[in-house]
Amino acid sequence: MTHIDGNAMSGVLSELLTVEPTTARSRCANCGDVAALAMALVYPDAAGWVARCRACHEVLATVVRGDGRTWLSLRGMTAIELER
Amino acid sequence: MSLTSSPATERRVAWRVGTVVGVQQETPRSRRITLDVPGWPGSLGGQHVDVRLTADDGYQASRSYSLASAGEGGVIQLAVDRLPDGEVSPYLNDVLAVGDEVEVHGPLGGWFVWQPSASAEPVRPVQLIAGGSGVVPMVSIIRTHVQAGDAAPFRMLYSIRSPADVFFREELAAAESAGLLSTEYVYTREAPPGSTTPAGRITRERFAAALTPAEQEPTVYVCGATPSSRGS
Repeated sequence: MTHIDGNAMSGVLSELLTVEPTTARSRCANCGDVAALAMALVYPDAAGWVARCRACHEVLATVVRGDGRTWLSLRGMTAIELER
Repeated sequence: MSLTSSPATERRVAWRVGTVVGVQQETPRSRRITLDVPGWPGSLGGQHVDVRLTADDGYQASRSYSLASAGEGGVIQLAVDRLPDGEVSPYLNDVLAVGDEVEVHGPLGGWFVWQPSASAEPVRPVQLIAGGSGVVPMVSIIRTHVQAGDAAPFRMLYSIRSPADVFFREELAAAESAGLLSTEYVYTREAPPGSTTPAGRITRERFAAALTPAEQEPTVYVCGATPSSRGS
C-alpha cells in the first residue's frame, strides 16, 4: 500500500481544528521521534486516514468520517505543539 | 496587514463556492482550471486546496490539489492530472465547464510553503525537485518569487515523460528569462529533438550535478509520485 505525506491531512483536520494542523509537532508515543505532522506517512485508502510515524511506523492518528460525524484518534501523538 | 507577514493560521480556512472562469488543456493528460472564489483570503506559495464535488443524488467526493496560484485576489488556479481510474480527476478534466460551481476548502498547509526572506534574514537558496504534475505547487512558489523579485537563487530539477508534458511552460520560461530560475529538465520517455541527453531516468551523477550543493544550505521542496520522492 502506498503512502503520501502528512500535508494531505491539512484539509480533513482543518475542519476540526482552528489552527493549521500540519505544522503541529508532536512526539511519537512509541519511539519518541518529534516531527511535524506534515512529515508523517499517511495512508488514505483505508476506511479513513491513518498517519504513521516516519521513524518507527507506529500509528500516530486516525480520522474516519461518515454519517455526518468524524471519529478522531490521536493515540500515538503526545506533547502536541500547535501554532497559535 | 499584508498577506506575506501573516502566519498561515491567520488566513481563514473555510469551504467556499468557486465558479469556473477558465479551462484549458495543460498537457495531453491534464487540464488547467481557473476559479473565481468570492471571499478567498489569498494563499502562500506551496499551499493546496481540497475540491469537493456533489452529485445530483447527494453523493460527495473530495480530493486535494495543489494551487498553481499564490498571493492576493479571489482567482485561483489548479492543474489536474487525469488519473484513468480516478473518481474526481476525470470529471474535472472531461466534464467541468466554464460557469460550473465547485466547493473549495482552503488555503491549506503550512509546512510545504515558501515566503521570501525578511530583510534581516540571510537569503537561502531554493532547490525545487518536481516530477510530472508535482510541479504545480512549485509554480506557485516560483510565482511568489517572481512577484517579490527577491534575491534567493532558485534551481529546479523537473522530470517529465516528454516535452509535451511540461506544465506551465510559458510561466517557467518567463522566470528563466528574467534570471529568477534555472531549470534542468529530465525527459524519461522522449527527449526533445536534437537533445544530446537520451531519454531515461536520471542518473546519480546527473542528479548530483543538477542540485544546489548541500553546503549552501538550500531549502528543498520535493513533489511528485511517492516512489520518485522516496528515491530522492
